[in-house]
Amino acid sequence: MFLVPDLVVRFFHRMASPPHFYAFSERLMPWLVVIFMLLAVTGLYGGLYLAPPDYQQGDSYRIIYIHVPSAWMSLFIYVVMAIAGAIGLIWRIKLAEIVMISSASVGASFTFIALVTGSLWGKPMWGTWWVWDARLTSELILLFLYLGIIGLYGAIDDKRTASKAVAILALVGVVNIPIIHYSVEWWNTLHQGPTVAKMDKPSIHVSMLTPLLLMALAFKVYYAIALILQARVELLQRERNSQWVKTKAVEEGGL
Amino acid sequence: MKPARKQRLILIGLMVLGASLATAFALKSFNDNLMYFFPPTDVVEGKAPKDALFRLGGMVIKGSVERPDKGMMVRFKLTDFNKEVTVEYTGILPDLFREGQGIVAHGRLNAQGVFIAEEVLAKHDENYMPPEIKATLKNPANPPAGQAQ
Amino acid sequence: MSLQEFLAMGGYAFYVWTSYGICLVVLLANVVIPIIQRKNFLRQQGLKQKRQDL
Repeated sequence: MFLVPDLVVRFFHRMASPPHFYAFSERLMPWLVVIFMLLAVTGLYGGLYLAPPDYQQGDSYRIIYIHVPSAWMSLFIYVVMAIAGAIGLIWRIKLAEIVMISSASVGASFTFIALVTGSLWGKPMWGTWWVWDARLTSELILLFLYLGIIGLYGAIDDKRTASKAVAILALVGVVNIPIIHYSVEWWNTLHQGPTVAKMDKPSIHVSMLTPLLLMALAFKVYYAIALILQARVELLQRERNSQWVKTKAVEEGGL
Repeated sequence: MKPARKQRLILIGLMVLGASLATAFALKSFNDNLMYFFPPTDVVEGKAPKDALFRLGGMVIKGSVERPDKGMMVRFKLTDFNKEVTVEYTGILPDLFREGQGIVAHGRLNAQGVFIAEEVLAKHDENYMPPEIKATLKNPANPPAGQAQ
Repeated sequence: MSLQEFLAMGGYAFYVWTSYGICLVVLLANVVIPIIQRKNFLRQQGLKQKRQDL
């Protein structure tokens, strides 16, 4: 612990305290929204207008600008969720539990978007809405994992117990993450191999890659926004009997 | 770290390790079922199922696409750069179907070793580039990155 | 490029715009739902407080 500067430790201790997190996130929110808007607008303008059509797929490939960032986020959020779950289990930090469960709905949404947009891309290009190849099937399993986590959390009334159960489910499900990533290399699939995350240079032209990376960043910031909004609801509900929530309810309850 | 926390950390580590091992063994034993298609080499060597539907994947050989009766029936050769299999298909081909493109066909072998496809899907590659760049890359001296399979 | 050409997406308009539309709806829902939930929760708790204070 002595390797970490005192200031950082104190920052995390403060953040782990619910009222501080609530106030801090409130001040952070406008900045996040502005950054997200800038990234999304430039990314979409670059991807839908500036980027040239693909040499084989024409304009249909433009689905990539939401499909690929969503798919990346679906994996990234799951890893965040599992790490938060482990922290919650080991150190019993309430805020970690809240980050975990608040991530689940955002992660499920991104997985859903990746699956649906992939289907809408597959129909004109591959000639089918869906195939049971390793990549598509493992991504569908990821959606079920997210939904299972949301369902399990809702089914247990005591939220601290629910968090423990959910954390264990999330940690066991982590094995699916490398399977999704490497599925296109380990097995024959209809889905093509990786484009950007390759050892040699990405096999996508820079005019098409730049908007893709901008959109990926935009989705990361969006995740922060959605996570904070969800976490604040979760915090208020869990802390409903504490003084700071009562004060807040009187102030903001519109009375 | 306090002993109780250390214990929980170890317990979680073991749990994830156990789940990974179990999954690895399961995937290994079902490996063949997870393959979406068979390459032409497997078909020529008789490893693909006979008298049963299966998927065959490979690249359409340049100049091999023909329409023998001038009708809907297409005949072409698929390769994995090792062995070749002739495919016959009657129906509408996907937008991406063209010579030199990867495809996956679903069907069965007939007595002559010709693959009679009931469905043809295009498998697009991982390269994205503007048409003009592709034209300059047509020069065989500098093939596009990742194109060699 | 005219607006019409842009919207046509080289003949793939249905697939491209449906994808973007679904994405937009899902992402909006993830922001709007928690905001409504928070407002409702705070209103309920505020009312409860008021009743207790009386």
